[in-house]
Amino acid sequence: MSLDLILRVGTKLILPFILLFALYVQFHGDYGPGGGFQAGVIAASAIILLSITFGLEAAHRIAPQSLVERMIPLGVLIYAGTGVAGLLMGKNYLDYSVLAHDAVHGHELGIFLVEAGVLITVASTMTALFYAFAERGR
Amino acid sequence: METLATALGHYNYVITIFLMMIGLYIVVVRGNMVKKLVGLSIFQTSVYLLYIAPGKIIGGTAPIIDPAFKVYSNPLPHVLILTAIVVGVATLALGLALVVRINEAYGTIEEDEIFERDRET
Amino acid sequence: MSAVWPHLPILQVIIPLFGALLAGFARRSGAAFAITLVVSWLMPLCAGAMLWQVLASGPISYHLGSWPPPWGIEYRVDVLNAFVLMLVSTIGAVIMPFARRSVAFEIEEGQRAWFYCMYLLCLTGLLGVTITGDAFNAFVFLEISSLSTYVLIALGRDRRALLAAFQYLIMGTIGATLYVAGVGLLYLVTGSLNMVDIAARLGPAWADNSRAIIAALAFVTVGVSLKLALFPLHAWLPNAYAYAPSWATAFLSATATKVAIYLLVRFLFSIFGVAIDFRALPVAAIVVALSLAAMFVASLIAVFQSNLSRMLAYSSVAQIGYITLGIGFVNLAGLTGGLVHIVNHALMKAALFLAVGAIFFRVRTVRLSELAGIGRKMPITMAAFTVAGFGLVGTPGTSGFISKWYLALGALEKGWWVVVFLIVASSLIALVYVGRVLELAWLREPSDAIKDANDPPLSMLLPLVLLAAATIYFGLDTEWTAGIASMAAKDLLGGLR
Repeated sequence: MSLDLILRVGTKLILPFILLFALYVQFHGDYGPGGGFQAGVIAASAIILLSITFGLEAAHRIAPQSLVERMIPLGVLIYAGTGVAGLLMGKNYLDYSVLAHDAVHGHELGIFLVEAGVLITVASTMTALFYAFAERGR
Repeated sequence: METLATALGHYNYVITIFLMMIGLYIVVVRGNMVKKLVGLSIFQTSVYLLYIAPGKIIGGTAPIIDPAFKVYSNPLPHVLILTAIVVGVATLALGLALVVRINEAYGTIEEDEIFERDRET
Repeated sequence: MSAVWPHLPILQVIIPLFGALLAGFARRSGAAFAITLVVSWLMPLCAGAMLWQVLASGPISYHLGSWPPPWGIEYRVDVLNAFVLMLVSTIGAVIMPFARRSVAFEIEEGQRAWFYCMYLLCLTGLLGVTITGDAFNAFVFLEISSLSTYVLIALGRDRRALLAAFQYLIMGTIGATLYVAGVGLLYLVTGSLNMVDIAARLGPAWADNSRAIIAALAFVTVGVSLKLALFPLHAWLPNAYAYAPSWATAFLSATATKVAIYLLVRFLFSIFGVAIDFRALPVAAIVVALSLAAMFVASLIAVFQSNLSRMLAYSSVAQIGYITLGIGFVNLAGLTGGLVHIVNHALMKAALFLAVGAIFFRVRTVRLSELAGIGRKMPITMAAFTVAGFGLVGTPGTSGFISKWYLALGALEKGWWVVVFLIVASSLIALVYVGRVLELAWLREPSDAIKDANDPPLSMLLPLVLLAAATIYFGLDTEWTAGIASMAAKDLLGGLR
């Protein structure tokens, strides 16, 4: 307990910034390197860091296994659902131009939703992978 | 001499093939399953390079439209390879998961020892 | 209805995708099975409507995101892939009712929902590979189907299933990577990923880039051949089919390799064949040589197997040899024979592997030595097995005969008498391994190990009997198999340079 004080305090300090950076990478993806994949991995790394320092139980309290396993299909569902939204509005699959009042905003919204889906799926997949390997052999 | 000049002029392809053969060699020769997966990753990486290298345009910038720039790198290979990398990561994760399960079932991840244990039963 | 009509190509792919996601959400095996059943039964309707549309009014083109090709991804349906789509979705629909009891018997409750989820993802991938008109998109779908296949195999009951899945993962990934390297070379030469566009640009590029194009042809052919288990790249197949859950084996043997064969045909005839004279290259000759080797070596290995599923797995390698043999002839009769054997072999092999699944369901073993007299205990199951087995041999009156008839015609057209003789000779080897099982099943006294066995419940029996009946039906009425196959073959050969 006493030996890893710096580690514990350091982790607590840095966690919000990791998540903030994930959000920055997510939303700045339109203009600069970034997007759902990278943001998802960064967000998942926050959970992984948490479970390395505080143990798996602490991570499970924040992101329970069942929630993580449901978030994987949820993200893909958002992505595919965005495509279907275009379909329901009488255009082709993944045609975003009908999602808003004009084509440019429609594309912006479409990409935003798709990236949100990617974020959820990638973050939860990475976390689930970590859980799966960490829980083996315990 | 001319062949050498051609090879040097296409050094990115030389590196690609070099990596590809290293990866394939590891997959074929190594009996350890984790090493096989490492080889497989190197093999896949070589193909990423095959796509990415010609996408670079000398003097080009990142393909984000801005009035200050005229020349952009080709973004399409990067998009394709981003997809291929995700596929590669998924394959690697699944492969490692299988290795973990194999280790639990057989108690080893050396291929020859596994075959021996299967013959015994 | 009219609103759905133009979107059929995308619905064919996203309905199973959504089904997979919902099955993943459901987590309970009953709900997951219900979702899977509904999706599986919707698929042939979708594919059938497209086949009808293609036959009536020519190829369908669907632009994802309304981006016109060659910039966007195009889904392009012509006679050939409508035919393959119909096959894959029908097989899935027919054998689905079998799954519930078989999966409940072989897989733990906690993993059943994942099994159905993986099956639907695999179906998504297979249908996607078939329908897409974009070479890179085909790679992505190929890997979706392969990754889910590895999981399906690893869910098998034996620990050797894990090893089989791992070996398949290594081989399959090498195949996919070689394929994507070939596509990369094509992209470097033509600057395009749309198959039709590549074909159009490849011809003019040939003069300056012949070496790169030949390298691309080699990469794609070898990569796809690994996926379709062309001899001698078949090493992954026997173990994967022998140790996967029975139902998964039936599905995979009928569809997965067939879709890879479709991809090979697409690349050889619709892309390379349009642009360059690939008959001047040794590709077709190599394919023919390897196919002949497959027909003999794999059949001979099958004769000496002691495990029924491994025997059928080796027989699959041999039968794939017949299909690629027809493709290697590059003439109308041969190509028709190859394409029609895709369907005929899928129906027969699905029936045979379902019979194996039913036997395992009742007696918990598929070792030949323990199955003596099984025909007297499970008469309907083994009758279906017998019919499909005769189809495998190519007996007149079964669909297998139709395929071999066209293949022989194709060989005669080439003037290759020896090949005709080899086709007949290899069928005799098939008669040996099928006959061995039939003798064991019908003519021996039932052993103690199987004394309590009887035919499985109706939900398992019906798919089996349907498939066996189809083997006979398509041996007599060939309008829907050979008729469409020869139209597809005509299309492909007509585009050749």
